[in-house]
Amino acid sequence: MSVTTPAVPPVTTGGTRPGPPDPVSGRAGAPGRRAVRRRRLIAAVFLLPALLLLGALVAYPIVFSVFRSLYDASGNTFVGVDNYSQMFQDPATLRAIRNSAIWVVFAPALLTGLGLVLAVLTEKIRWKTAFKLLMFMPMAISFLAAGIIFRLAYEQDPQRGVLNAVTVGIHDSFQGEAASFPTAKTRIGDKQLVQGKDGSYATARRVGPGDTVNLGLVGVAPTDMPKEAKPAAKAARTPAADGELRGVVFLDFTPGGGGKPGVVDRTERGLPRLAVEAVGPHGKVAAHGTTGPDGSYRLTGLAKGSYTVRLPAADFAPPYQGVSWLGPALITPAIIGAYMWIWTGFSLVLIGAGLSAMPRDVLEAARMDGANEWQVFRRITVPLLAPALGVVFVTMVINVMKVFDLVYIIAPGPVQQDANVLALQMWLVSFGGGNNQGLGSALGVLLLLLVVPAMALNIRRFRRSQS
Amino acid sequence: MTTVQQAAAPSRRTTAPAPAKRAAKRPAKRLSSSLIQALLIIIGLVWLTPAAGLFLSSLRSEEANASSGWWQALTSPGQLSFENYSALLKDSGIVQAFWNTVLISVPTTIAVVVIAALAGYAFAWLDFPGRDWIFLLVVAMLVVPVQIGLLPVAKMFGALGLFGSIPGVVLFHTAYGLPFAIFLLRNFFAEIPKEMLEAARMDGGGEWRIFSQLVLPLGKPAIASLAIFQFLWVWNDMLVALLFADNESQPLTVALQSQMRQFGSNIGVLAPGAFLSLIVPLVVFFAFQRQFVQGIMAGSVK
Repeated sequence: MSVTTPAVPPVTTGGTRPGPPDPVSGRAGAPGRRAVRRRRLIAAVFLLPALLLLGALVAYPIVFSVFRSLYDASGNTFVGVDNYSQMFQDPATLRAIRNSAIWVVFAPALLTGLGLVLAVLTEKIRWKTAFKLLMFMPMAISFLAAGIIFRLAYEQDPQRGVLNAVTVGIHDSFQGEAASFPTAKTRIGDKQLVQGKDGSYATARRVGPGDTVNLGLVGVAPTDMPKEAKPAAKAARTPAADGELRGVVFLDFTPGGGGKPGVVDRTERGLPRLAVEAVGPHGKVAAHGTTGPDGSYRLTGLAKGSYTVRLPAADFAPPYQGVSWLGPALITPAIIGAYMWIWTGFSLVLIGAGLSAMPRDVLEAARMDGANEWQVFRRITVPLLAPALGVVFVTMVINVMKVFDLVYIIAPGPVQQDANVLALQMWLVSFGGGNNQGLGSALGVLLLLLVVPAMALNIRRFRRSQS
Repeated sequence: MTTVQQAAAPSRRTTAPAPAKRAAKRPAKRLSSSLIQALLIIIGLVWLTPAAGLFLSSLRSEEANASSGWWQALTSPGQLSFENYSALLKDSGIVQAFWNTVLISVPTTIAVVVIAALAGYAFAWLDFPGRDWIFLLVVAMLVVPVQIGLLPVAKMFGALGLFGSIPGVVLFHTAYGLPFAIFLLRNFFAEIPKEMLEAARMDGGGEWRIFSQLVLPLGKPAIASLAIFQFLWVWNDMLVALLFADNESQPLTVALQSQMRQFGSNIGVLAPGAFLSLIVPLVVFFAFQRQFVQGIMAGSVK
């Protein structure tokens, strides 16, 4: 597996491998049994440190874990496969298994796909080395540092998290010019406006076309007033024509005092960019309008009748705060995103190496025969790259099953359970408060079993490369 | 994406003589090529942004970070200062953790390289019963998750008094680094021409001399890749040290993760701390790009 990539010079699988030494000719002329014993002794000395460490710290723990997983939390009572059946009943472990499955289904496929697309695209530019270097850089840093980087990027507050700053920016630019004043409300004792159940405000009195209706609100702090807001007094006195309703929506508050409640005083400013609606007798919206910088609005095209003027709930809605990346619903996709930031470079470089080793003349011949780029990509590039794609994919599957640090770091405490994965659950159960080493061992064994296919694949490839 | 690819032809290595048809395509080709460039520039910027965000945050005061985003620093660079870093370097816990990281990574790297080189040589060129069979076991161990070792080894180290100490962390890392290291070096050593070794043996060179004066020098490229890869792997580890190190022996990653609980208020420590922890890997990465890339690629599937 690790040896099949053409980009790894030290361990190519070419036919020139000299192979292990021939046991007979290895030592020409050595006299018999004593020499054999001596050779074995030397081999033992060379191997001893490695085998000691591997035996004690890798092989023995596997055996130990298998046995330990058959005992309960205390380790005194033999419980058979209870720990394994408990794994699929315990809701926390079940969620970890489900999340790990999500990881395995999406992350390797996304990474391989993205790496493939980027590798093909970078082939066509001159600064591809610089680009690959940039994409590969995250591979060098720790999951902890990457976790901190993304914890910051995913911050909910659009004032701090760059991702939500962008999201809110895009959202607001699609939303158009509408403003809202979440803190605005009517003056206490105001009889003119009544609040609806949905948070909107409407006139208590019914009005008709030709009326001028000035709506006063309070509760907007001077710092929250948009810069464009202008005094509303002049617009407030403009008479309405037939078939229209007009007036101003204004902040009924004179800084420094002296204003009269319910009256548009000289310095009082309009509330710009608010939606205003005329609502007919049956609750049907008959006309829409938006306030100008001086707070003025016009609702035109109204038939005779009685209406209420309404400021819809959106006028008082809190501003859009972006996406809750670190909330329970999106936490796993968010962490997969961070993981892709780290590993895309790996996928790109490996697939890119396969791509540059590809025979150019095959591609050129196909192009000469009139194949378009998509056909070349689909029918030639991808099939020829299959080995590299396979290596990336399998590597990622194995890595993804063991993902721990990134989840541990990025998921905030309260949503850790929602982001849980097998390796993390194994940690939490064994050491992080769960303290159930029986179940912990069972989870460790499960992790091991999950990589057994990769183990078999490794052995098979190695044997094939030897023969 | 597909339209871009459809129109794009390779900008280089066009060996065939350009027929008329191709010439006609040229403006379209140039357009799609600049589209690709634009796309890749955007992707590159997207990749840079999160890291740049952390870096700029690490240079801003606690108050500035609490009230506004790091991108504000792009328009008012006056708010940038090294105060967080100087405060961090006065924090004895963090400095200790940094040296612990060094004391864990360097010995582990040396131990892995030495032990794996010995074993790799034995597997490649010495003859003993069961050699291939044992080596297959090592190949099988390539993908064994470290998680399986945590609990049993913790118990063992507890009994040996190694738990919560730097030697314990080093031993654990060394053991789990060995399968890949042995695999890599054995395969590399096996490529050495047989005649060279036989000639050396004819000359009466002992195995140790052949190993140290012939095989090690020839194996330098693989050893370099391995050492860099192993160093970074251990430097960046958190999981193993989280369990096996105590407060006195914890590396930077563990010291920093304990601050994650109050992420918002600790950003003044976490951001420069994260940079302190990643500056060494980045320097290694830029200094040894080639060996690093080779090491990582050879390590795929690990």
